Amino acid sequence: MEYENIYQFHSRHNGDGSPFSSDRMRAMRPWAAISTGAALAVFGASRKSWSGTAMAAAGGLLVYRGFLESHKSARPVHVERSFTIYKPVEEVYNFWRDFENLPKFMRHLRSVETRPEGRSHWEARAPLGMSISWDAEIVEERANDYILWRSLPGGAVEHRGSVQFRSTPFAGGTEIIVSLDYRPPAGKAGALFAKLFGENPEQQVREDLRRFKQLMEAGEIPTTEGQPSGRRSPFIRMMHAARAERTTMQERSAS
Amino acid sequence: MNALCWFGKKDVRVETVPDPEILNPRDAIIRITRTAICGSDLHLYDGYIPTLEQGDILGHEFMGEVVEVGPEVKKLKVGDKVVVPFTICCGQCYYCKNDLWSACDNTNPNAALLEGINGHNAAGLFGYSHMYGGYAGGQAQYVRVPMADVGPIQVPSDMPDEKLLFLSDIFPTGYQAAEYCDIKPGQVVAIWGCGPVGQFAIRSAFMLGAGRVIAIDRFPERLQLAAKANAETLNYEDVPDLIEALKTMTGGRGPDACIDAVGMEAHGHSLDAYMDEAKQALKLTFDRAMVLRQILQVCRKGGVVSIPGVYGGFLDKIPFGSAFAKGLTLKMGQTHMVKYMKPLLEKIQNGEIDPSEIISHRVTLDDAPRMYDVFCNKEDHCTKVVLDPWANRMAA
Repeated sequence: MEYENIYQFHSRHNGDGSPFSSDRMRAMRPWAAISTGAALAVFGASRKSWSGTAMAAAGGLLVYRGFLESHKSARPVHVERSFTIYKPVEEVYNFWRDFENLPKFMRHLRSVETRPEGRSHWEARAPLGMSISWDAEIVEERANDYILWRSLPGGAVEHRGSVQFRSTPFAGGTEIIVSLDYRPPAGKAGALFAKLFGENPEQQVREDLRRFKQLMEAGEIPTTEGQPSGRRSPFIRMMHAARAERTTMQERSAS
Repeated sequence: MNALCWFGKKDVRVETVPDPEILNPRDAIIRITRTAICGSDLHLYDGYIPTLEQGDILGHEFMGEVVEVGPEVKKLKVGDKVVVPFTICCGQCYYCKNDLWSACDNTNPNAALLEGINGHNAAGLFGYSHMYGGYAGGQAQYVRVPMADVGPIQVPSDMPDEKLLFLSDIFPTGYQAAEYCDIKPGQVVAIWGCGPVGQFAIRSAFMLGAGRVIAIDRFPERLQLAAKANAETLNYEDVPDLIEALKTMTGGRGPDACIDAVGMEAHGHSLDAYMDEAKQALKLTFDRAMVLRQILQVCRKGGVVSIPGVYGGFLDKIPFGSAFAKGLTLKMGQTHMVKYMKPLLEKIQNGEIDPSEIISHRVTLDDAPRMYDVFCNKEDHCTKVVLDPWANRMAA
C-alpha cells in the first residue's frame, strides 16, 4: 500500500480535512503579529514624522497583542513526526495498540486504561500531583497498518491521534508516522491544559516519540540521572535540579 | 571515589565524588585498572567543545574489572576483565546492526541537543560533554557502563593492561582510518599527525598492505616512533614545501591515500594557518583546517582522504574545487568501535602489534591535571599518558 500524506489520511478517515489545521495557523498568529508589529514599529520610528509615529504605535500595539496571545493559556498542540524503528511491523503495532503502554514513553500521561469496545480512559499529569482526564475511542484501525483514535465529548481535553505503520524497504524495520493533537475543549479557558506540556509542547511530544523508539529497540531509555560528578557551582546545581526528570529504572525499561 | 573533573578552560582537578550506581537494567559497574588521556580530551581541556559543565568527569579510554551488573546483563559476569569502547551502543538500531556503531540512535539522553547542533543524533560517549550524553567518564576509579553486553569485550586476565588499554579508542581509530583508505597492495599512504592515533594508523596501514607509509609531524620523538614502525618521516618544520616534497617522493603523483590524524587544532606556519588561528581567536571560525587543505591539494587524483581527526564546527576556504576536479573520495567519522575490537584483540594476542610501545608516561590519577598540561604542550617528549587510578602519588 502506497504512502499517503497525513492530510489525505485524515480527510479520508475523518472527512473533515487535516487534523486541526486551523489550530496550526492560530498557533502561528501571535508570532506573525509580533514580527510584523516589530518591523512596523522600527520602520515607523525611523520615519521621524507624525505618520511614522502612528505606524510605530500601531506596530507596538501589534507586538503587545501578539505577546499577550502567545502567553494565553490555551494554545493547542499539534505534532507530526516520522520515525524509523528497527523492529518488525507487528511488534511495533502491537506495542502501540495496547494503549496502556503509552505512558511508558509519553511523559505527560499518567495512565491509560483500556475499556471494552475500543474505548479507553486517559489521565494526564498536571502540576501538584493533579491529573486531567478524558475518555477516547478508536475511530478506525487496521492491524499492522494504522490506528485512529479521538477523545469523546465532555472530557477535559480534546485529543485526536493517528499512527500509520509501514514496513521499511530494508528488512526488519518499521516506519511510523504519528500525528497528535491536543486542545482545550471549546469555550473553556483551559488554564490547566496549558500546564500539561510546559514551555515547548511540540518538543516534548517529539521526545516522547524518541523514547518510544528507544524502548522498542534498546529496551530501555538512556539516562545519566543519578550519576556522580564533581563539585558544581550553586548556579549549575540549581539548573540541574530544575531540569531533572526523576524517573525510576522501572519507568525507563520496556518490560 | 576519586575522579578527574573539568571546571573550565585549562582547569581540570581530581575530586572526591560519589561512587557510580546501576541506573538502568543493562548497566554494569567497572572498577577501572588503567585509563588514558586522549588527544581529543585536549579539545575539552582547551575549551573547543561546547556543552561541558563544571564538575563533569572526563575520560573515555579505560579498562578494568566488572564489579556489579544490572538485572538485564546476560553476558558479562562479576570478575570479568574487560576493555570498554568509548562509544555507547545499543546493538539494536539500524546503525548498530549495520556496523555503523558510532551513529547509534538510542544511547544519547540529550539527543535533541545534538540534533540541534549537528542536525543528527549520534551515540553517547563517555566523558565528552553533554551534547554526547554527559556520561561520567573513566579517568576515575569506578565507572558506570550502560548497555554492558554490547560494547565491552572480555580480555585475557594474564595479559598486561598496557597492551590492551588502547583497544578502548585509539587502536581501532587508527585501524579504521587505514581501512577507510581502501589500500591496494603496495600503495603509498601519507599520514599527517604522529600522535597516538597516527601511530596506530601507520602500523595498521602496513597491516593492510601498504607498500610505503609517509609520516608527517614536527616532534622528533613522534617521528622516531613512526620510523620504528618503518614509516618514512617528514618534519614539516624542516621541509620548505611539504606539498612538493610529497610529490617528489611519489614520482609526481601524490600519495594514493592521505590520513588526517590531526583534526581541528591543526598547527602550521603558512599564511592560511595564521589566518585560521587569528579567526579562531576572534571567534570567526571554529576549526583550523590547514592539514585538510594540504591533503586535498596533494592527494593523488582519484585517491582517498581518510579523516579520523576530530572536527567540530565549520571550516573556511577549503579547496573543494580542486578536490572535485581530482575526483577524491573522503571518508571520515567517529570510530565504529564494536566492529574492530575483537579482530584487533586477536592481532595483539598473536604478537602482530604491541600497542604499549607508544606510552611515554605512566602516572597516578593525582598527576593527571599536570599531565594534561604536559600533553597539551607536548613537553617532556610526551606521546601517550596512562593513568593508574588506584596508585598513590609517586615520589616527586
